[in-house]
Amino acid sequence: MSPSGADAKEAPKYTKKDFESDQDVRWCPGCGDYAILSAVQKAMPDLGIPKEDIVFISGIGCSSRFPYYMNTYGFHTIHGRAPALATGLRLARPDLKVFVVTGDGDGLSIGGNHMLHVLRRNVNVTILLFNNRIYGLTKGQYSPTSELGKVTKSTPMGSADRPVNPLAFALGCGATFVARAVDRNIQHMEETLKRAARHHGAAFLEILQNCNVYNDLAWNVMYDKEQKVQYELRLQHGKPLLFGPADDRSAVIMDGVVPKVVKAKDVPESALWTHDERNVNAAKLLADLFAPDFPVPIGVLEDIEAPIYENVLLDQEQRALSERGPGDIAKLLTSGDTWRISEGA
Amino acid sequence: MSETATPATGVSKSLKELDRAVIRFAGDSGDGMQLTGEQFTTESAWAGNDIATLPNFPAEIRAPAGTLFGVSSFQLQFGSQRVYTPGDRLDCLVAMNPAALKVHVGDLKTGGLLIVNTQAFDKRNLDKAGYAANPLDDPTLAERYRLHKVDMTALTHEAIKDLALNAKEKDRTKNFFALGLVSWIYTRPLEPTLEWIRKKFGKTPSIAEANTRVLKAGHAFGETAEIFGEHYAVEPAEMAPGLYRAMTGNRALAWGLLAAAQRSKVPLVYGAYPITPASDILHELALHKRFRVRTIQAEDEIAAVTSAIGASFGGAIGVTGSSGPGVALKGEGIGLAVMAELPLVIFDIQRGGPSTGLPTKTEQADLMQALYGRNSESPVVVLAPATPGDCFYIAYEAVRIAAKYMVPVIVLSDGFLANGSEPWLIPDPATLPPIEIGFRTEKDGFFPYLRDPATLARPWVRPGTPGLEHRIGGIEKQDVTGNISYDPENHDHMVRTRAEKVRRVAQEIPPTSINGPATGDVLVVGWGGTYGAITAAVERTRAEGKSVASIHLRHMNPLPPDLGHILREYRRVLVPEINSGQLVRVLRAEYLVDAVGFNRVRGLPLASEEIHEAINQLLGSQA
Ligand SMILES: Cc1ncc(C[n+]2csc(CCOP(=O)(O)OP(=O)(O)O)c2C)c(N)n1
Ligand code: SF4
Ligand SMILES: [Mg+2]
Repeated sequence: MSPSGADAKEAPKYTKKDFESDQDVRWCPGCGDYAILSAVQKAMPDLGIPKEDIVFISGIGCSSRFPYYMNTYGFHTIHGRAPALATGLRLARPDLKVFVVTGDGDGLSIGGNHMLHVLRRNVNVTILLFNNRIYGLTKGQYSPTSELGKVTKSTPMGSADRPVNPLAFALGCGATFVARAVDRNIQHMEETLKRAARHHGAAFLEILQNCNVYNDLAWNVMYDKEQKVQYELRLQHGKPLLFGPADDRSAVIMDGVVPKVVKAKDVPESALWTHDERNVNAAKLLADLFAPDFPVPIGVLEDIEAPIYENVLLDQEQRALSERGPGDIAKLLTSGDTWRISEGA
Repeated sequence: MSETATPATGVSKSLKELDRAVIRFAGDSGDGMQLTGEQFTTESAWAGNDIATLPNFPAEIRAPAGTLFGVSSFQLQFGSQRVYTPGDRLDCLVAMNPAALKVHVGDLKTGGLLIVNTQAFDKRNLDKAGYAANPLDDPTLAERYRLHKVDMTALTHEAIKDLALNAKEKDRTKNFFALGLVSWIYTRPLEPTLEWIRKKFGKTPSIAEANTRVLKAGHAFGETAEIFGEHYAVEPAEMAPGLYRAMTGNRALAWGLLAAAQRSKVPLVYGAYPITPASDILHELALHKRFRVRTIQAEDEIAAVTSAIGASFGGAIGVTGSSGPGVALKGEGIGLAVMAELPLVIFDIQRGGPSTGLPTKTEQADLMQALYGRNSESPVVVLAPATPGDCFYIAYEAVRIAAKYMVPVIVLSDGFLANGSEPWLIPDPATLPPIEIGFRTEKDGFFPYLRDPATLARPWVRPGTPGLEHRIGGIEKQDVTGNISYDPENHDHMVRTRAEKVRRVAQEIPPTSINGPATGDVLVVGWGGTYGAITAAVERTRAEGKSVASIHLRHMNPLPPDLGHILREYRRVLVPEINSGQLVRVLRAEYLVDAVGFNRVRGLPLASEEIHEAINQLLGSQA
């Protein structure tokens, strides 16, 4: 039972096509979900996992239609519950590679509790949260990641609730892998996807996704060429936090315990903040950075190891089996206090 | 031997034969009444009697000492003939404090044996129980009952005065004095309790010694104290020969699952969120990892059911268990299993409701929830065990049906069955019907919603099977292909197909066994934990020469195929239930019979006396 799927089995050489199902894709034209689907299908062959050993589990939402389009095993379940369902699946079948596909509403509103627990338990699943900052499928209500004051059909005078930051939430839950990708940065998304998929334990990948119908350009800071150059901070393990145009680099440094943006040329190299994926506290600071005061970090914020829920339980099972042998119901039934009533008593 | 006991050597004590006796031990939550009752049950099992028990404890974990709501009790009936219920009225009440007396004395028969621990009747406890004066000083108590005032606390301390235990530890053993005394009164063997003490306190010899001595002191007190002029023998019951054990409903459910896991050779995943009175199933299953039974203490009931569904999707047996409030939360998940046509077993250990209701008390009011408590047309199979031991067979049967028909099965147990125990004839597991699970591996001609012609079940495919990759989900799908479909005719067809699949489970139901004449004046129809009370009441009316029969349903959906016919063989149909009339409504709707209900919703089992009365009323009213 290898924890992250059946990498013991030799997988055939696949191409992207092998992972395309025969179903018509039904997202709106121009939806960011198409790019994500394509990136996932492209990344799959590189994972080297036989496709019959791959399962996509989703909740409900535009994003959650995803499994229908993957030529693997798939289960489109109910709103918010995919992480819980995946937990049961992993415990039953630790030989499978399990992906969870969810949205900002599915994963952080109705399913927020399950998200918390799948992360803290460190169940070995790869979670892809498509964050479009809106409820797409129900036609455009604000979501738990929508900005305060968001005007939607359900909030004509602006939303009154402050948004949750998915990365900070995941880190707060004790996630062992937390990353961010952008639907329009295909190459980077693919690489980050593969990193997430290879992680042992619960991997949380937020994908900034465009809903061109109900919340177009919500992530324009990552789409607009000029802004992107200004704000995109690509995290690389062991490299300093540098961003901005090549001729005018900025750096994020620590001023005491507070992150601060400075011109790179104004500080000595020793003052730069070197990204360390194993530093959970640093990841928590990074998670909170966002434009316009800070750059927008993308890539892997954190990657650490911790005991995996189902492995711990299955180890216990193995221990019980090796110490006492397989259970026998006939023996159990007659164990403990019993008494015999004989014929004619 | 205690010196405070009246020396009465030489007093000859008469031994009287009884058919049966109903005893209740009642005291403060901290008085160990559950343990006392359980040990007395074991002793009675050794004596070869048939037994039914009724534990009753407060919802509060550590209810304030001495209060009325902190009273905990354990009742049992044992007999030399078949015992169907824990009994209605008490032959003997042991009251360890004033609160216990106040709460329970009303159930004691006039002339019944009342044993009280006098030392607990101090000012403080009397105040807490709301007694203005000590009821033991009221002569009417001794006139109405055979009152025995015993200073159990003092006698206990006396018996172990030389042991190096503190006063509190010594005090705690006084329930063994009560047990020893009542064991003498009903000539129960002490061996099983002595054995239990040895095992339980092997590591703390001083406690073992104290309990042993106090138990024997209680016994000896009965034997020698003048106040007890007689004691009683209850002959062994005529029971089917074989090996027996005491079985509670919750343990039986858990063991039924173990048997199913072993027989099917498929791992079982049990997802649950703790809730009274279902938690013990989770605890029990967690002990048996060797059966490849895997337990998840989920974050909530929704996660519990969906993790079980995930396990089923993976080719394991997914089971979840809760009580009514939790099952309410599971509704949407159960609907998903209906739609995805995956096996799923749901235990609902019913308790008093709605909302939090009476968490530790029994009720049968989730039948409608089980049958209809989901959105849209969402039929599932519903089973109900009749006795604690029957829970074993029902759990096993639930797994068998779920896997064979690819359908969710709800098992309706209740608080009474869950905690109650009975002497249970241990079955040979080899005689249980096989659970045949054939995962589809054949690629040719595969479709996710291809149906077995006999059961209408779709194929169960384990992910990991090459060439059978497919997607399922909660959206309506085309029959056979499983492709998403919004076609109106297809939806109508699928609604009917899902219903028909459940209906076909009727072919698994054996002919209904009728207790009594095959045709007559009154048929009493019951289900669940009221089996004993109904059977006892019906046998009594029949002994009075009346034409009354009963049947007890274990299949609530689909109903037994012969039920409609049986109902028409009697002039009146009576349906006793611990709800305000749920099965009776189903029977009236399904069969157009003028069935009438007998309904009491007190959080308590129905008394056979009141059912007896209801039958007679119905007989009288039919003219
Ligand atoms: C129990 C339940 N409540 C509500 C809904 C309606 N619903 C479907 S999707 C959705 C929101 C989805 O938003 P999100 O997760 O952000 O997904 P998106 O469509 O944006 O990808 C809601 C409220 C439902 N299907 N089930
Ligand atoms: S509504 Fe938005 S998220 Fe949904 S498919 Fe259309 S564009 Fe995509
Ligand atoms: Mg969304």
